[in-house]
Amino acid sequence: MSRKPDVLETAESIGHAVRKRERSAVEVARVFVERAERSAPRLQTYLHRDAERTLAMAADVDRRVQAGETLSPLAGVPIALKDNLCTHGVPTTCGSRILEGYLPPYDAHVVERLRAAGAVFTGKTNCDEFAMGSSTENSAYFPTRNPWDLERVPGGSSGGSAATVAALEASLSLGSDTGGSVRQPAAFCGVFGLKPTYGAVSRYGLVAFASSLDQIGPFARTARDVALLFNEICGRDERDMTSRAEAKPIDLEGLERGVKGMKIGIPRDLLSDGVDPEISASLDRVTKTLREEGAVVIDVTLPHARYSIATYYLIAPAEASSNLARYDGVRYGFRAKSEDLQTMYASTRGKGFGREVRRRILLGTYALSAGYYDAYYLRAMKVRTLVRRDFDQALQLTDAILLPTTPTPPFKLGEKVDDPLAMYLNDIFSIPASLAGAPALSFPSGKTRSGLPIGLQLVGKPFEEGTLLRVARTWEKKSGDPLGVPPIVNGGGRA
Amino acid sequence: MSATRPAPESPSKTETAPTAGRYETVVGLEVHAQLKTASKIFCSCSTKFGARPNTQVCPVCLGLPGVLPVLNERAVRFAVMTGIAVGGTIATRSVFARKNYFYPDLPKGYQISQYDRPLSSGGQVEIQVGGAWKRIGLVRIHLEEDAGKSLHPEGRQGVNTTLVDLNRSGVPLIEIVSEPEIRSGNEAYDYLIRLKQILVYLDVCDGNMEEGSLRCDANVSVRPRGQTAFGTKTEIKNMNSFRNVERAIAFETERQIALLESGGRVVQETLLWNADKGKAEPMRSKEEAHDYRYFPEPDLLPLDLEPRWIESVRKDLPELPYQVRERLTRDFGIPEYDAEVLTETRALASYYEEVARRSGSAKLASNWIMTEVNGIRNKQGQSIEEFPIRPDRLGMLVKMIAEEKISGKIGKQLFEMMLTRPEDPEALVKSQGLLPIDDEASLRALAREVIAANPGPAAEVRAGKERTFAFLVGQAMKQSRGRAHPEKIQAALKKELEAT
Repeated sequence: MSRKPDVLETAESIGHAVRKRERSAVEVARVFVERAERSAPRLQTYLHRDAERTLAMAADVDRRVQAGETLSPLAGVPIALKDNLCTHGVPTTCGSRILEGYLPPYDAHVVERLRAAGAVFTGKTNCDEFAMGSSTENSAYFPTRNPWDLERVPGGSSGGSAATVAALEASLSLGSDTGGSVRQPAAFCGVFGLKPTYGAVSRYGLVAFASSLDQIGPFARTARDVALLFNEICGRDERDMTSRAEAKPIDLEGLERGVKGMKIGIPRDLLSDGVDPEISASLDRVTKTLREEGAVVIDVTLPHARYSIATYYLIAPAEASSNLARYDGVRYGFRAKSEDLQTMYASTRGKGFGREVRRRILLGTYALSAGYYDAYYLRAMKVRTLVRRDFDQALQLTDAILLPTTPTPPFKLGEKVDDPLAMYLNDIFSIPASLAGAPALSFPSGKTRSGLPIGLQLVGKPFEEGTLLRVARTWEKKSGDPLGVPPIVNGGGRA
Repeated sequence: MSATRPAPESPSKTETAPTAGRYETVVGLEVHAQLKTASKIFCSCSTKFGARPNTQVCPVCLGLPGVLPVLNERAVRFAVMTGIAVGGTIATRSVFARKNYFYPDLPKGYQISQYDRPLSSGGQVEIQVGGAWKRIGLVRIHLEEDAGKSLHPEGRQGVNTTLVDLNRSGVPLIEIVSEPEIRSGNEAYDYLIRLKQILVYLDVCDGNMEEGSLRCDANVSVRPRGQTAFGTKTEIKNMNSFRNVERAIAFETERQIALLESGGRVVQETLLWNADKGKAEPMRSKEEAHDYRYFPEPDLLPLDLEPRWIESVRKDLPELPYQVRERLTRDFGIPEYDAEVLTETRALASYYEEVARRSGSAKLASNWIMTEVNGIRNKQGQSIEEFPIRPDRLGMLVKMIAEEKISGKIGKQLFEMMLTRPEDPEALVKSQGLLPIDDEASLRALAREVIAANPGPAAEVRAGKERTFAFLVGQAMKQSRGRAHPEKIQAALKKELEAT
């Protein structure tokens, strides 16, 4: 009961130790809580953190272990939740002023599942307001910093969830991905991030940004840990009509089978310009390794993928403009004092939402307006169908598509915040899979010369998350631990 | 509205300005009917009417962050039943859409409805105009959720307060849109009566306008007779009874005609019916300037219905008003008018059928229900289900009259008693001394009594004044409280007059 937990311990081994009573959940929780006490204030990973509640949850898990309950592999594992996942009685702000102080009266489906599994929640992580952004700088409260370089962004919108796992403040975390919001911060922070197939995980209790694109996804430091967390949250939920029964847990041992005979496609046409040379080099290294391991790597084309950003920035804001209409100051959240109803609406929403959110609401409102609908929204939906078809065709020839997660390594805070277009372009490689509804995984593939993480992305057939993790696991085993631990974990780190 | 409706031929009193003859009224109705499901359309909250404000709510119908709608299959079934009943084409794929607008009683900032791909298209409702049937075509029927209710209580010391009750938020509705084929307030009234009748027969809506389970908006325009192009229309809202719909259309028709006659133009606008003033007044323009920005609801998959399932719903459909009407005229041989009155509700038709069967006299049963039973029910505002004389007892009564065991007069006395007493008519006849007097000896004794009590008139009859005989018969009936057999007492009187 007294062995000191290893810094590099996986969620799998923590869960194992807790269930075998080799270590108490409280003991584990304390290690993570103490680490967070040190680094979280500098990284600004959390919007809401309650150490007492975390330890109480851990104590409860220990009681369940003592009572001889059969517990899930995640029992006693410290897990962070993005602040757009509803937690009963615990603040859920989505990084927005408009939901300051809002306490949901219910748990999101994934939160409910994890509670039942005996997971220990470390807190609610910072994010871009309503998950709109790629740097977590759009949080109404404060920006989160990249654990590898405190002057750089952790990516977004799930920047807090990515950074907290990278900095070992939590063993695992959940984020949400609409156009890359799990994969891009995973790449920037040097961890694994999975956007499951659309419909694989119930969205019940995920505060909606763009309903036809949103998916909840896990962050972890190993491929196997991604599978463990995915297995706990996937599957049909009666409360989400878009959730699907085809979503089945992944066989962990299947991840060890290597890539011999597998076909990997690389969309060369999409990579022709704008990819950082160090990322291209990393892609080549991974390709070489996979070939050596017996995979066949071929070129594929995704001819419509280059229209993805334009398409995405019509569909996502259109849905958002409607999804965010409920924040009107009438029933909950922030309300601006006003003389009459119309002014109250305008002033509440004008003051309660940040710039990026307002920009997207305006974009979406415009795209859905009478006279513009056909030219914008309807056309975008048609292009979306073409993008999906591209993936279907490319994946008929291959088991997975390999491409960078981002065109560049993490950028500096403030570098793109005033240039929305540059910020949007950062999602060029992640948005196509979102439009297609396909599963996509970002895994750490190496470091730049200056020590910043690089992530690559695998996209697969619907409900074949396991195939992606199997490829990533093969690379993981061959490469060892290419990143190590960010300096801040041991008290270091600039700024 | 009254428990029974007036005969279809009887025209209502509203209508017609002097110039109306030169114009034609064109009306299309949009009816919202609340479906009689136990739970709401997208969550499991109760739909029960009249609960304390905001007690039948959950995160879903409150539109809290993160919630998702789950479609109530029963609501779909009810909507499909309605579509089939009116002869609509049921879409094997229909699509939910969001209708976006801000209002305090609309918690999500959008209403989930259907837009370009409704559940049912086409169909018709048959109405009666001047004794003939007229077909009013339907455009569509679609499913949607209701919004909450805004209440504006008297402000304390000039403070304007609006309260919101979200119990109704998410209650399932169908919207039934008619073609602009209705030509008067009167036709609109009959259309609504018939539509409600279908919905109530299907048991998919309780048809209660006061509780808001049936609501109606009217699009009204006028055009010179013979012109095919439509005039500019106005939309009238806030009519809380069928009669008010009729009155509002009549009002608006006259207003538009007067406007055109005086050289003015009709402006397309939304009007609110003010029942107290009997006027339709313009709504503030701010509230009607909406671009609803419809788009497919991404939280719900398209609604795909198996043709086989639609067929099974069709097979399970209960009998519709016109079918019952046809059956009653065919099986019982009653006039079409009677069948029309007796099929007002399914329950009344069943009531009639039982009385007719038990009495063995279909027409007499019909007369008794149309006059006596409906007379009481109209006075008391009772439904047939609440009516105290159940069909088995009324059947016995009608049978006794049909078989001439009692007179119609005695029958009415018994009927009155049966309203407050539980006994069968046979038992009441005995216990109340209402047995008919039809044996020779008793009739002769009664005749003697009457003659003795009325010596003057008796003398007149004997002197040949035939008309006074009727007086003596009347006295005999009065004396016997109607129990004397009407023909036999005449014979007895004649015999006694001759004998004495």
